[in-house]
Amino acid sequence: MIGAITAGLFSAGVASSTNSYESIATTTLGTAASVITFSSIPATYKHLQIREISQINVAGASKDVYMRFNSDTGANYSMHVLYGNGTSALATASTSATYAELATTGTTAGASVFSGGVIDILDYADTNKYKTSRSIVSWDGNGTGVVFFYSGNWRSTSAISTVTLTASTGSFTANSSFALYGIKG
Amino acid sequence: MAAGSTYTPIATTTLGSAGTITFSSISGSYTDLVLVVSNVKSVSSTPSCSLRVGNGSVDTGSNYSDTVLEGTGSSASSSRQSSQTRIEGGYYVGINSNGNGGVYIYNFQNYSNTSTYKTVIWRGNTPDGSAPGTIGGVGLWRSTSAINTIEVSGSGANLATGTVATLYGIAAA
Repeated sequence: MIGAITAGLFSAGVASSTNSYESIATTTLGTAASVITFSSIPATYKHLQIREISQINVAGASKDVYMRFNSDTGANYSMHVLYGNGTSALATASTSATYAELATTGTTAGASVFSGGVIDILDYADTNKYKTSRSIVSWDGNGTGVVFFYSGNWRSTSAISTVTLTASTGSFTANSSFALYGIKG
Repeated sequence: MAAGSTYTPIATTTLGSAGTITFSSISGSYTDLVLVVSNVKSVSSTPSCSLRVGNGSVDTGSNYSDTVLEGTGSSASSSRQSSQTRIEGGYYVGINSNGNGGVYIYNFQNYSNTSTYKTVIWRGNTPDGSAPGTIGGVGLWRSTSAINTIEVSGSGANLATGTVATLYGIAAA
């Protein structure tokens, strides 16, 4: 059963208009790769969103992913993290980091277990303020798993035209997929 | 570079009486699905806005697991369920018909690929009732089959009259 199609306004965190959300570019890995790059991002949107599934080809549970903007490797990033590992709720933060931290899963949970993530980069083209990102990135491995909520700050007023996601160790496995969307204001 | 607009409402259902909601024959032409369940209110003592999925029909096996992070306003906690018969999205206790219903937004990532198990991530908020709070979670369906059926229920029981579920499809370039 599928109900009647309803278009238009629907609050609670989804796009307010289905005409405001556009696919910009997608990378789905056929073979492992350590860096995902979205470049030449047009400044014509209000916000960016990256939706992904991923895994890093290194044994272990959670693995870090480094997000950088405009290829800036300087100590210009900071972040806060709230996360739950199935047992405890925890929080951490870092300042003057060289990347905005995200996470994915390693291979210990199983070859078919992939992390899922939704990463919002707000006002990415606004040259009057530093850039803020917020993300939910999580994985579950039937007995293991972590829910991560991130907030990140990039201390630059430059418009973001390039986003890179780098595996902190090893590479993103085949079938990892990263899709970049633009949300109009 | 952009491929055009893509955030498509697929279907919406508003319960006229207590029941469960099932979306079936979901097209595999999108990349992700977003399911918004709102005005969630109680019809039993320990309800949870829960999910089962499947290909052709709902998988009733113990092939689901989830990990959640939740805050009540005074404390935060995390818990996990393994080898369950559904993904439990979060409990909404004691929201009567006059209360403000909960909202749950589920993201089904790459739901139609046939290479990986399926991961669902979500946020939920329960603004009223005896246990208000907010929750984030991740669920796993241990199947490489494409998802084309989604069932929403109150932890296997009915959802209350007035519950609204809207399914969106997002297509990547």
